[in-house]
Amino acid sequence: MKPKCQVKIGQLILKNPVLTASGTFGYGVEYSSFLDLNLLGGIVTKGISLNPKEGNPPPRIYETPCGMINSIGLQNIGFDVFVKEKLPILKRFDTKIVVNFFGENLDEYIELAGKLDGTEGVHAIEMNVSCPNKKSEWRKMGLKPELLREAIKEVRKVTKKTLIIKLSPQIADTEEMAKICEEEGADAISLINTIPAMVIDIKKRKSIIGNPIGGLSGPAIRAVAVRMVWEAAKAVKIPIIGVGGITNAEDALQFLIAGATAVAIGTANFINPLCSIEVINGIERFLIEEGIEDIYDLIGTIKQ
Amino acid sequence: MNNLFKGTVIKNQALTEGIYLISLKIPQSIDAKPGQFFMLRLNERLDPFLGRPFSIFDLQGDRISFLYRVRGKGTKILSNLYESEEIQITGPFGKWYPFPKDDYTVIAGGIGLASVFFLMKKFPQRAYLFYGTREKREILFYDELRKITKSIFISTECGSIEYRGIVTDVFKEKGLDLNLPIYACGPIGMIKELRNLLKNKKALSCYVAVEERMACGFGVCLGCVIETNNGFKRVCTEGPVFRIDELKL
Repeated sequence: MKPKCQVKIGQLILKNPVLTASGTFGYGVEYSSFLDLNLLGGIVTKGISLNPKEGNPPPRIYETPCGMINSIGLQNIGFDVFVKEKLPILKRFDTKIVVNFFGENLDEYIELAGKLDGTEGVHAIEMNVSCPNKKSEWRKMGLKPELLREAIKEVRKVTKKTLIIKLSPQIADTEEMAKICEEEGADAISLINTIPAMVIDIKKRKSIIGNPIGGLSGPAIRAVAVRMVWEAAKAVKIPIIGVGGITNAEDALQFLIAGATAVAIGTANFINPLCSIEVINGIERFLIEEGIEDIYDLIGTIKQ
Repeated sequence: MNNLFKGTVIKNQALTEGIYLISLKIPQSIDAKPGQFFMLRLNERLDPFLGRPFSIFDLQGDRISFLYRVRGKGTKILSNLYESEEIQITGPFGKWYPFPKDDYTVIAGGIGLASVFFLMKKFPQRAYLFYGTREKREILFYDELRKITKSIFISTECGSIEYRGIVTDVFKEKGLDLNLPIYACGPIGMIKELRNLLKNKKALSCYVAVEERMACGFGVCLGCVIETNNGFKRVCTEGPVFRIDELKL
């Protein structure tokens, strides 16, 4: 018998627990020549802001052992172009569309969340709480408990849609931050974002990536992500979306067992565009092999 | 249509120190154009993690080959692949060289030959080729190039062959006044020099293929941008072939 793989994130029913992580799947359509987007649990789009953003000057990426560093600088087409050009295409697919978003300051977060709330075809929104503006006090909203609390409270006021908070791996206390998300009415938490990292050219004695730091992703960060998902899942009742270095079903299963209700495939999409589909199939195969009828009988079953 | 498939190594040989030609058999014939590229990735490996972009050197039906220089970890491991080993291939990606309508000029600097050989093969006996390397041993496919080009000018920096000096100097002397469309690939210094030479030749089209580190190859990671007169452009999607006057060098 086919096991039940459907999961619920806030008001969203996902046909399976596999999403694609923000920034690694474009606006979805780029992958439609490789795979059937209808098979995905959901697509988390490239993060958008109110206005288009050109991003950071090159070089923007560098390979590290089992991973990569990026400093793209949140380049994106902006809300208006997204709604006009990308969303109509995404709407044709039978999958859930989660729009990742960010602002330069809290006012922008609120304005954009409000606009997304009124946009048909957007099923959920994922709030990137790493603010890119180096001048704004809100750049630390993801790291300071009191700022995170206020930011979620204000954004929650303007949207009834499923609100997911994407947490940084730099937080000192996962339990505390996860509880703040829950208390302020977030529907789910996704973690982790990339880990701030650096690579140095020893001849030039200069950082290789422009900014001079970037975000580390890929299998190199997976074990950190599993640990943080486990910590968050113990602390709150709202669902957790596990993200970080998943390349196959076995990786994804670790997150589910640690307590994640869903997972998102990130950097692996770059090296294997079919990764998300392989993970969906592999999870189903595992459930059959283990005699598990419903994926909820696996989620959070880590033993002491 | 983007494609993901396995390639089987038919041959992977050193042509001179540090430069290899890998020939692969792919599952079916594929249509790709000169200037486009594929991402090659070693199966099941997480280190090196990313695929590597390579221009099509030659393509005939279900046989494809890539010319590459060993520069880092990825190309080093690639150079150690044996016959019958498998590799992940995605592509073809990117913009190709606009097809030449008549005679044309090609400028290849060193390993830049990898990107323009296929063009000259597809449009034979019409290219004036300016091909320069540092040393004589790095001049590759001389006999084939003689066959597929209309005229050929070879230079080495050490001067042990036809012309001594850098390839753009020979082009300046022998090629600039041909006033033919130019297709070029080579080191950044060569591209900069070429742009200087073309300052007063605004009417001449000059297309160059550039390279940049990339993670995906199909426009998603946004990692491979370069600066152009119209902002950042992705080498994998808006490139790798650009008009030289678009680039900020």
